[in-house]
Amino acid sequence: MSDLNIGVLGIQGAYEKHALSVSLAGAKAEIIKYREQLTHIDGLILPGGESTTMTKMMGFRIGYEDILAFAKKRPVFGTCAGLILLGKGIEDNRVHQFELMDVSVTRNAYGSQKDSFVDNLNLEFDPGNPFHAVFIRAPRIENIGKDIRVLARCEDMPVLVESDLYLGASFHPELTPDPRIHKYFIQKIMEV
Amino acid sequence: MKKGTFEVKVGLAEMLKGGVIMDVTNVDQAKIAEDAGASSVMALERIPADIRAHGGISRMSNPEMILKIKEAVSIPVMAKCRIGHFAEAQILQEIGVDFIDESEVLTPADEENHIWKQDFNVPFVCGCRNLGEALRRIGEGAAMIRTKGEPGTGDIVEAVRHMRSVTAEIRRLTTLDKTELMAAAKILGAPFAIVEWVAQNGKLPVPNFAAGGIATPADASLMMQLGAEAVFVGSGIFKSDDPRPRAEAIVKAITHYLDPAVLAEVSKGLKDAMVGISAVALDENEKMAKRGW
Repeated sequence: MSDLNIGVLGIQGAYEKHALSVSLAGAKAEIIKYREQLTHIDGLILPGGESTTMTKMMGFRIGYEDILAFAKKRPVFGTCAGLILLGKGIEDNRVHQFELMDVSVTRNAYGSQKDSFVDNLNLEFDPGNPFHAVFIRAPRIENIGKDIRVLARCEDMPVLVESDLYLGASFHPELTPDPRIHKYFIQKIMEV
Repeated sequence: MKKGTFEVKVGLAEMLKGGVIMDVTNVDQAKIAEDAGASSVMALERIPADIRAHGGISRMSNPEMILKIKEAVSIPVMAKCRIGHFAEAQILQEIGVDFIDESEVLTPADEENHIWKQDFNVPFVCGCRNLGEALRRIGEGAAMIRTKGEPGTGDIVEAVRHMRSVTAEIRRLTTLDKTELMAAAKILGAPFAIVEWVAQNGKLPVPNFAAGGIATPADASLMMQLGAEAVFVGSGIFKSDDPRPRAEAIVKAITHYLDPAVLAEVSKGLKDAMVGISAVALDENEKMAKRGW
């Protein structure tokens, strides 16, 4: 059990599930709905959900600039919609990306919900023990910069990536009762 | 790689939590809904209030209209099929609808049987009035449950009744010992394995949303505080005098459903909500919630 306090952005989406995964991984989770809460957390998770809804709501009780200021100094983990927000390259004013990770993504790249899928992944930091990954209307990572490390692939495409401060997944580790990826994020926070 | 598993279906329902699913009848409304922060839209030709006023047989919407809405927005698009009408559901799955609502708002096609939803790759949401009905639908493969409420009325009383009924029955199940569970399953008319799961976990095995009569930010907050994990707003937005600000206000009310200061702020300045009709005063045969079992 660490004494870290991990924030989960609680605007819309699977934030409660992430909070459960954080607890399973041995840290404290706090749902973040107000900018003032950012002052006492050690890392932030941007959950899955709809990136358009999160973009729309930013600026109400917690703003884009607030999260950006936090994220420039502290680790952030984005899953699915959260990865879209961390990354760059989307030319659509419905989605306001932080452009913190040198990763370009395409939204809903695999098609509609009937093409959503599960698959077993090999994690670079724990090889040989497959991770059961759930992909829901998933974004696809199309290009990565040279400072980006790939931690897992699915059919040769990167699906779990990291840079020095950030971690991004195009799938939903919070939907699997396996805290290894959340533990990896906590480790990352401790090393910063 | 596997598609269409129960886990994948419930996965999308999980992503819709803490959000608002809005009924829309054309591309313009769909764009207003998405701009306002809707997490999904329900594409249908007539909203429940108009179905009520119009009468006649109400069927699945024209696929062309649904496809136009799918092209116009990036959020998931849902559509309704009639209770028991699995051919309509097959068509909706084929055109790539993200979620199918087997809905009492449309005229039922089968008064005995609901659709066997486990055979589909696309997830289904079904309405319920009580826990037994919810668990029967989950047994058939529903990946999300919502209250039926009384659609098209703007009256929250039935949604409250249904949500309270579900949560009270769940609480009661958690107090029973093993030998009492079979009798409980018999009374609920629900599959034993699911009854047992609910008794052990104290919640439904799929997300539990509210629908039917939500017209204001306060209605939305009320349903969330009663245990809903997200809300559907049907006639409440586009039958009001101010669809865009009302849609935005309800989205904010869902994120901050426990914060009365936010609820007060977003409720200010709204024009009139839909006029509505009293659900309790409806004739029994006018109640959509009575369709299905």
